[in-house]
Amino acid sequence: MSESPPTAQRDITLEGKALTKIYHTGAVEVEALRGVDLQLFEAELVVLLGPSGSGKSTLLNILGGLDTPTAGWVRFREMEITAGDESTLTRYRRDHVGFVFQFYNLIPSLTARENVALVTEIAQDPMDPAEALSLVGLAERIDHFPAQLSGGEQQRVAIARAIAKRPDVLLCDEPTGALDSHTGILVLEAIERVNRELGTTTAVITHNTVIGNMADRVLHFGDGRVIDSEHNASRQPAHELSW
Amino acid sequence: MRALNLKLLRNLWKLRGQVLAIAVVIASGVAVLVMSLSALQALQDTAAAYYERQRFADVFSNVKRAPRRLIERISAIPGVRSVEARIRQVATLSIDGFAEPVIGELVSIPEQGEPRLNRLVLRSGRRVALGHPDEVVLSEPFAEAHGLQPGDRLKALMNGNQRTLTVVGIALSPEFIYTIGPGALMPDNLRYGVMWMGSEALAAAYDLEGAFNDLSLGLLHGVEPEPVIERLDRLLERYGSRGAIPRKDQISNWFLMNEIEQLKTMSTILPIIFLSVAAFLSNMVLSRLIATDRSEIGLMKAFGYSNLQVGWHYTKLAMAMAGVGILLGWALGAWLGRVNTELYAEFFRFPLLIFRPDAGVFAVGAIVSLIAALAGSLGAVRHAATLPPAEAMMPPAPPLFRRTGLSRGRAAHWLDQPTRIILRQIFRSPLRALFTSIGIALSVAVMIMALQWIDSIEEIVQVYFHDAQRQDMMVGLVETQSDTVLQAFRRMPGVLAAEPMRFVSADLRAGNRSHRGSIEGIRPNPELQRVYDAGGRVVDVPPDGLLLATKLADKLGVALGDTVRVEVLEHRRPVRELPVVALFETYMGMPAYLNINAFNRMMGQGGSLEAVSLLVDESQLPALYQRLKSAPKVSAVTLKDAAVQEFNDTMGETLMIYVSFFAAFACALGFGVVYNSTRIALSERGRELATLRVLGFHRGEISYILLGEAALLILFGLPLGCFVGHGLGWLMTSAMDSELYRIPLVIKAATDATAVLVTLVATAFSAAVVRRRLDRLDLIAVLKTRE
Repeated sequence: MSESPPTAQRDITLEGKALTKIYHTGAVEVEALRGVDLQLFEAELVVLLGPSGSGKSTLLNILGGLDTPTAGWVRFREMEITAGDESTLTRYRRDHVGFVFQFYNLIPSLTARENVALVTEIAQDPMDPAEALSLVGLAERIDHFPAQLSGGEQQRVAIARAIAKRPDVLLCDEPTGALDSHTGILVLEAIERVNRELGTTTAVITHNTVIGNMADRVLHFGDGRVIDSEHNASRQPAHELSW
Repeated sequence: MRALNLKLLRNLWKLRGQVLAIAVVIASGVAVLVMSLSALQALQDTAAAYYERQRFADVFSNVKRAPRRLIERISAIPGVRSVEARIRQVATLSIDGFAEPVIGELVSIPEQGEPRLNRLVLRSGRRVALGHPDEVVLSEPFAEAHGLQPGDRLKALMNGNQRTLTVVGIALSPEFIYTIGPGALMPDNLRYGVMWMGSEALAAAYDLEGAFNDLSLGLLHGVEPEPVIERLDRLLERYGSRGAIPRKDQISNWFLMNEIEQLKTMSTILPIIFLSVAAFLSNMVLSRLIATDRSEIGLMKAFGYSNLQVGWHYTKLAMAMAGVGILLGWALGAWLGRVNTELYAEFFRFPLLIFRPDAGVFAVGAIVSLIAALAGSLGAVRHAATLPPAEAMMPPAPPLFRRTGLSRGRAAHWLDQPTRIILRQIFRSPLRALFTSIGIALSVAVMIMALQWIDSIEEIVQVYFHDAQRQDMMVGLVETQSDTVLQAFRRMPGVLAAEPMRFVSADLRAGNRSHRGSIEGIRPNPELQRVYDAGGRVVDVPPDGLLLATKLADKLGVALGDTVRVEVLEHRRPVRELPVVALFETYMGMPAYLNINAFNRMMGQGGSLEAVSLLVDESQLPALYQRLKSAPKVSAVTLKDAAVQEFNDTMGETLMIYVSFFAAFACALGFGVVYNSTRIALSERGRELATLRVLGFHRGEISYILLGEAALLILFGLPLGCFVGHGLGWLMTSAMDSELYRIPLVIKAATDATAVLVTLVATAFSAAVVRRRLDRLDLIAVLKTRE
């Protein structure tokens, strides 16, 4: 299927072409991606919607340099990351990508500030960990350990950790999946703010259609393919969402 | 098969690496236990059977000359079963192709029939025949050392007459299992050997017809030797008896029993170390396994399994782990026990070998290690059994960490986050960390304990042979001579200096304690044979009074200034009360010295001597040897260099086996501990490490977090291990302390370094194994699953 850029003058941050992914588990072959083309533009917020098993997580992993496609390529700006080795992928994740996961994945032995510092210590032009935490509204809880934070707070620490290095791409896999709606909206507000204020190209995976309303663009996933794409004329602020 | 048992088997298979690591440690403990117990039993059984079969005597005595008619009266002593009266003499031998003089101990055997006691085991050839006075049977080690066989001849200087003897047989005797020459520390089969000669031939050669000078008694079962010895000594007093000794003090038997004692020490101390490590390892693995098995425990309980059944399930897991170790240990221990016993049998030349380790030995090994493993897993199993099902099925709350003073302090600025992770992990479970360090420490300690023997032996050689003794050679004389012979020695080729020495057998008594040994007379300002304190000091010899080895003073319970009653057992048998005027530390024996002038006064003799210390010019040794071979009345020639060589060879051989054996065990320990703790840490924290990889950390950087923690614990364990090693060394050397020798606790820096290095290699190896797994960490799978 084809799609046209919403604004032609925007630069492409991340582009995938003819991506397929086949998993071999024992005797079974699972075709998770069946030829996906996609482009993510500068400062754009894209929501990938689809049922579980539709291949959206696989796509996100490949875009984030966690996994390699069976066929096809991914290009970040001028660099084809699918051509790189293990070390190149690590470098790419380290310098350009921020990840947010459904289950937060904070390091339990580090405080909120230290979890963020973990990333800023190895980044090239990071913001101060305290600044990143106040951006997600956690300035007060900066010295708390994960065990002392609620689920929503933990997820916002994860977002702060992802954006503190000023990534070029922010990839969020079901960021609200483990949270109630009220807390989920707080998390989405944080993502929205990062996207708006830092201009970070952001992709959010969810199966919650309501979340699509806050995006510039919504891609519908099904059976390893992008089956539909829609533009929102205007983005609905996250705090107005409800489910 | 029940589903639960199936799960057990699969769990074991999944954990095979860790199960094996624990099993190896348990196996080490079981193996040492089975090996030492079975070797101990085999040695005891073999010696007992050998003694029994060859009728090894119970009491030994020697006299100057006693008439054979006395035998009847000796037989009449209550408790005596049989009496064997013999002639024992020394001869200087010349053997073709061997320059040095060789001392032969001639022991009489009846020309017809078997001796009543101390029977020979003929290995080849035949016994001596009546009417052939030049026939001898050689002891096997001596014959082998010189390559002598039946039919060969050798020259002997016997009672001043040069004779040519014909070897007719090669034999072994329970009396000379450990053939040690007078004044020697170790068997030297090249320079000292036992040979048996017909009693009539020997009597004729030494003018002892109708007489004997050596006596062995066999006692009735259950008879204590002491009262018999008392009567015997009284009977033989006027014939020049030096006092009888019971079997336990007979030199060959004494060495053998000493070896058995050492084996006993080894079989208690070492398995304790290995099995306690095994206990803590099984605790470590099981408690962490149960933590990761939480949801399954919840499920089992939800399905209706009782606490007891769940507890039993995990108990079986612990038992299975121990079981693998026990089986391995049994096999290894039985094999090592056999090898070890064969080594001993070869060393002692037992003509028979009884190696029948009974089931009890294996049972003890199994029970002790099962108890260790179960004790180790007790806490973990109880935790699993009492976990409420609902709680068990929920994921555990994220572990609570605390900030320590460390991260608040000024130093905190220097810590990067990965280092903080390492430190917080350690501070969060300090006990677990400590256990890992202790495991490492024990590995180092076991290694030090083994290597320390080499240092100690070197120290003994240095002090005993080099620092204390200035002489190159010691020549013992057949009987007391006037000190005019000193001049004869000084005139011998190559002799630079000669000093007289005196020896006399004596009982030393203080209060109700006593010691049967000897007194040595020594020159006041000796150039050669000095009284040397192991601390590095030459002790002055005052005009009168006893100089005692501290070990002897301890045995007699006397201190400086106390009086010791000396009852000389030779010549006119004088009795004196002598004050203790000096004490000194020795590693070998329990000598008592007296100024030679006071010695002569006590004995009522003018200038006399029993031995000569010589300083010789090495270039003239061959001429000196030639001269000594034809000198009458020489009973012993001890060369310091040969003695050192012999000492090092004998010790070196046994020590290398011992050390390499423990090096292997130390490696097993180090590997087992590090592999288990890092492997478990990896399974517990795989998610955390995968997250870091996703965030852009390289493989090396995440390895730092896991292996850095291990490295820190190892770093702490190494010096601790040196400390514990020195303690274990002390424990072992004190346990080995005996009247014959004391092992000084000497541990060189190089020994500590070697032990540390060996452990580092073992741990580096296990770290490398874990690192390989770390490199293959599946990022996506780990992130997708919930904690």
